[in-house]
Amino acid sequence: MKQYEMVIGLEVHVELATKTKIFCGCSTEFGKEPNTHTCPVCTGMPGSLPVLNKKVVEFALRAGLASNCRINQTCKFDRKNYFYPDNPQNYQISQLYIPICQDGWVEIKTDTGKKKVRIHEMHMEEDAGKLIHDEWADCSLVDYNRSGVPLIEIVSEPDMRNSQEVIAYLEKLRCIMQYAGVSDCKLQEGSMRVDVNLSVREAGSESLGIRTEMKNLNSFKAIARAIEGESERQIELLEEGKAVIQETRRWDDNKEASFAMRSKEDARDYRYFPDPDLPPVQISDEWLETIRKSLPEFREEKMKRYQEEFKLPAYDAEILTESRSLASLFEETAVSFGNAKKTSNWFMVEVLRLMKERGMEPEEISFTPKHLADLLSMLERKEINSQNAKKVFERIFDQDIDPVIYIEEKGLKIVEDLGRLNEVIQKVLDENPGPLKELLDGKEKVMGFFVGKVMKEMQGKANPESVRKSLAAGIEKVGIEKAGIEKRKAKE
Amino acid sequence: MGLETLTALELAEKIRQGQVSVLDGVKAVFEQIERKEGTIHAYLDLYKEEAFERAAQVEKGMAEGKYSGPLCGVPIAVKDNICIQGKRTTCGSKILENFVPWYQAEVIERLEKAGMVIIGKTNMDEFAMGSTTETSAFGVTRNPRNTDHVPGGSSGGSCAAVAASEAYLALGSDTGGSIRQPSAFCGVTGIKPTYGTVSRYGLVAYASSLDQIGPVGKDTADCAALLEVISGYDPKDSTSLQREDLCFSQALGGGIEGMRFAVPKEYLTEGLSPEVRSAFMVVLEELVQMGAIVEFISLKTTEFMIPAYYVIASAEASSNLERFDGVKYGFRAREYDGLHDMYKKTRTEGFGEEVKRRIMLGSFVLSSGYYDAYYLKALKARAVMKQEFDRAFEKYDVILAPAAPYTAPRLGESLKDPLAMYLGDIYTVAVNLLGLPAVCLPCGKDKAGLPIGLQMIGDCFMEKKILRAAHAYEKRREAFIRFGSEKKQVVFPEIAKGDAKV
Repeated sequence: MKQYEMVIGLEVHVELATKTKIFCGCSTEFGKEPNTHTCPVCTGMPGSLPVLNKKVVEFALRAGLASNCRINQTCKFDRKNYFYPDNPQNYQISQLYIPICQDGWVEIKTDTGKKKVRIHEMHMEEDAGKLIHDEWADCSLVDYNRSGVPLIEIVSEPDMRNSQEVIAYLEKLRCIMQYAGVSDCKLQEGSMRVDVNLSVREAGSESLGIRTEMKNLNSFKAIARAIEGESERQIELLEEGKAVIQETRRWDDNKEASFAMRSKEDARDYRYFPDPDLPPVQISDEWLETIRKSLPEFREEKMKRYQEEFKLPAYDAEILTESRSLASLFEETAVSFGNAKKTSNWFMVEVLRLMKERGMEPEEISFTPKHLADLLSMLERKEINSQNAKKVFERIFDQDIDPVIYIEEKGLKIVEDLGRLNEVIQKVLDENPGPLKELLDGKEKVMGFFVGKVMKEMQGKANPESVRKSLAAGIEKVGIEKAGIEKRKAKE
Repeated sequence: MGLETLTALELAEKIRQGQVSVLDGVKAVFEQIERKEGTIHAYLDLYKEEAFERAAQVEKGMAEGKYSGPLCGVPIAVKDNICIQGKRTTCGSKILENFVPWYQAEVIERLEKAGMVIIGKTNMDEFAMGSTTETSAFGVTRNPRNTDHVPGGSSGGSCAAVAASEAYLALGSDTGGSIRQPSAFCGVTGIKPTYGTVSRYGLVAYASSLDQIGPVGKDTADCAALLEVISGYDPKDSTSLQREDLCFSQALGGGIEGMRFAVPKEYLTEGLSPEVRSAFMVVLEELVQMGAIVEFISLKTTEFMIPAYYVIASAEASSNLERFDGVKYGFRAREYDGLHDMYKKTRTEGFGEEVKRRIMLGSFVLSSGYYDAYYLKALKARAVMKQEFDRAFEKYDVILAPAAPYTAPRLGESLKDPLAMYLGDIYTVAVNLLGLPAVCLPCGKDKAGLPIGLQMIGDCFMEKKILRAAHAYEKRREAFIRFGSEKKQVVFPEIAKGDAKV
């Protein structure tokens, strides 16, 4: 068999996290009663007119600048005409002739190293409504809540060669969009949607094979499986001497197979033309500059800074910056506490453990950084033992309690009451003559037994260091006394 | 002489003086409607009861100082492609026969704030596509000046209503001459404002880049007053303009001495009926006598106007009318097999011939492989036309043109030959393609007594200039008519002599 390679380009739709829709004032909130977030504009009523939401342009610019795009400071909206009930006007307002962003790139990292994936363009458009088939009544119903929710479509060049690169590209895009604050990019909820254009060719060939477009990909895993499946299907066809047909295919992740939807011959003629209801969008130099300046520090810069400024290991820096919200939690805690390395350790162990146990995404974690900083300070001052600190942190993680008040209330604070400690030590030594003898005979291991006993008597409210010290002193005293007795005995 | 013979401003003045009530004006209009509507059929829906209630409400509002504008208490008719909340809005089409919008057009809000009384919705060519009001799905409207003839279109109902004194004022819409041509045919006055002056929010779109709502009235002053009421920036319409020079009535009253008028000689060639031509020529002479400068110019782009207009208007219409699909509102075919069939049958049965013809044409010029050859070329022609008109307006204040090449045709004559009907738009479409303002007012009658209209076209935002000129001419014409010299024959210089001064 010949050696083949894949050529993959992606069309990614990202839902922008603006509060209102792209051409009207309706809310973009997800999961509300059908058709409650609608108005004459987003239901395509006769006589209604679109008015562009400036925030959408701002978000698209943030996304474009964050992925190194050239900005078309005069761009236009076009109508894409096709009949379907989820599309209330039977045309979608999109950008074909002059999109807002063009010619960008992002850098991805895979096992084989770093690589640039070029972005052909990024354009703004409106989302469609949702068709719901009512099996019971045997009819279809339309929910226009999503109609008019702003999207950007990010079209890559065919620069990817395997599923690993595709996933790396998507993760990179998601990270950029989240950092830029333009979208949460959740595949499951449909705020990020991916169409895969794929062809295969003999390894080393420069020409492009015939491509197919794959839709209905709802997770990174499904995307990886669909890419493997489709490339195998195409290679098989070529090996059998058959031709790949240019068509749109629908991936069925349950069956792990794709099915033809429509071929190039059936391709729709969208009759694109400039939307006469919307004048060209003018983006001033000043506005663009304001947006450029407002962009946050992105992941790469952050990772670098964490390593240099905080002296964190590369691995820690990478994990902590995976999500912008996690990184900012970390940073604020570190600043408040004053020791980045110790903060990082706590995040790498405790925060990540709880996140995993609770099945949460990094974006979902929310607690007041000062609460954790206070806890870490108390731990540092040995005012709480680490066992209790972990328990208190669970409460911070889940309920964002104030640890200072909580520890006080629960009486978990370690009090250096040496009188009480010595009493307890005396008591423990008195009650355990056997182990004490062993210890005095030189069996150092028994020391742990005594520390445990004392801590238990103290209900954890003792500083283990002090326990050790006082215990050693107590034992020494007993030893001396004992030696004195023996001396006396010998004298007698 | 009854109240119905007053102009809108005269009626409003009498109401303000307390000589008549708002209700008197409304009653006068409904008396005319009862007498004439059986023949004319200017209206699709009448709101008699509500109009009477509204009259009382306005009366009260005026006493309380809530309403105070110059058209307070004046009854007005509205073309049926403008949405009134809670009122059937059909656009003269079966596909919207039962459509009731739950939102208000911006112009309706403005009429209400001005204390006007809406009395009904007027008939129109289906989706404003047509020049005779005969493409309406709800029957024809007859020309009140001669009921064997059409009122023109597409705002035929609005113009006929004003001409028959079935309304003091009316709103029309103008996409390619739809206010001006029926105004000419019915002998009333109409204005197509600069694109962006009046909000299109709530106007069911035919061709979005060309549509403008405008006033229809008995004379220039009435139209100027109504234009003042309805114009102004509207954030709901992205093509709406922020203008400050909207006090149109103030422009009236000045003379036209030294004003420069241009007459495109291409407008006076074949196709122009001798009677319209001679009436037009009389106007030129009158203007010269009034001290204006009238010169012939050449507009070489004239031959592109009709094709460019029909390509652009049809292209936009094919997209704008896609939403009428039987899914969400309006007519749906009774029997169908699946979604695709439902679309097909609903649109086949719901739209009339002329609308379908333009949807086909528009879809064709936008389809891949033809876009550049037709749609893009039409846009380029539009740009060249713009340059030519810009040059003309550097030198002239007003471009003069007939409103139509002929007077109102007989009913049933026009639809047989759509192409001939399209060619009748030759003098009106450039105004829409370039967003210019134009006023159309009566300037004479033909032998059959049918009115002839004169168009005064201004540069963008120059409404005041054309209104001043129209008003001055109107005053002169009134004196002229009073002295019974209307049929005066005049001899004109040969237009072949070129740009010679008249």
